[in-house]
Amino acid sequence: MDLHELEREQMRSDIPDFGPGDTVRVHVKVREGEKERIQVFEGVVIGRRGGGVRESFTVRKVSYGVGVERVFPVHSPNLEKIEVVRHGKVRRAKLYFLRDLRGKAARLEEDYRPR
Amino acid sequence: MVKGILARKIGMTQILAADGAVVPVTVVQAGPCVVVQRRTAERDGYEAAQLGLVEGRPPRHLPKPLAGQFAKAGVPPTRVLAEFPVATGSEVKPGDTVLCDIFAADETIRVVGTSKGKGFQGAVRRHHFRGGAASHGSMFHRAPGSIGPSAYPSRVFPGTRMAGRMGGDRVTLKRVKVVRVDLERNLLFLRGAVPGGRRALLRLVKG
Repeated sequence: MDLHELEREQMRSDIPDFGPGDTVRVHVKVREGEKERIQVFEGVVIGRRGGGVRESFTVRKVSYGVGVERVFPVHSPNLEKIEVVRHGKVRRAKLYFLRDLRGKAARLEEDYRPR
Repeated sequence: MVKGILARKIGMTQILAADGAVVPVTVVQAGPCVVVQRRTAERDGYEAAQLGLVEGRPPRHLPKPLAGQFAKAGVPPTRVLAEFPVATGSEVKPGDTVLCDIFAADETIRVVGTSKGKGFQGAVRRHHFRGGAASHGSMFHRAPGSIGPSAYPSRVFPGTRMAGRMGGDRVTLKRVKVVRVDLERNLLFLRGAVPGGRRALLRLVKG
């Protein structure tokens, strides 16, 4: 029996192609008591890690001057959908340097190449 | 009903629950097992079933007496044999098959296995000794320290914790939760880690 095969069964096929530098809108299902609603978290993907069902990605945004990062499992059933807003032009896989930059310096150039 | 089964560890992964919770699991190939012999209270003084783990490969070498035991039960020879207790008042006879459906999801079971060998390790790793300061002139780093008084007793007490071979021990985990039972593929998903590496032999017992 192969672990990869077992993991594949749990993986979602509706996940768009996105990577570090891309700006995404993550629609998260939030349960409040009995009610369930959708909360959108929009920010820059600063990295993806892991493989198979264990893969996760980190989204960073600056909210009211405070840097906020959330880590989501890519294949989580809690994600309603992921929208890719913008592709960023980056040269590395992990954009941790963005944490030390603020304002204008923390911008990324857009990647217009068709994919 | 036999109260346990033999299994082999496949590896660890995660299960994403419906509410989004990430559950760490170890996937094990649990059985199928066949009953090769019965131990009965009248004959042996206790009730048990000797199970053989059915794997793709037959034993490389099969001594004649052992071959006779398999032939008597009417089952093909297996590489691994182990005894498990049998629930009182239940019918178990040689030739019967034991599958992973003896366990149910959410049940807690015991897992017995052999931990990974760690080789010769110092007292810090092996017994969690604290060790000394790394710097500031300290000349005592990871040494075990005193192993006892001198003139009396003039010897080191047996069992004193020192450096040595670590791992490769029989380890029993109690209250391991079964997360999922996959009867079709004979798989069990156990919450958390279990002893041993991939393909390690495990003993899964009720309670």
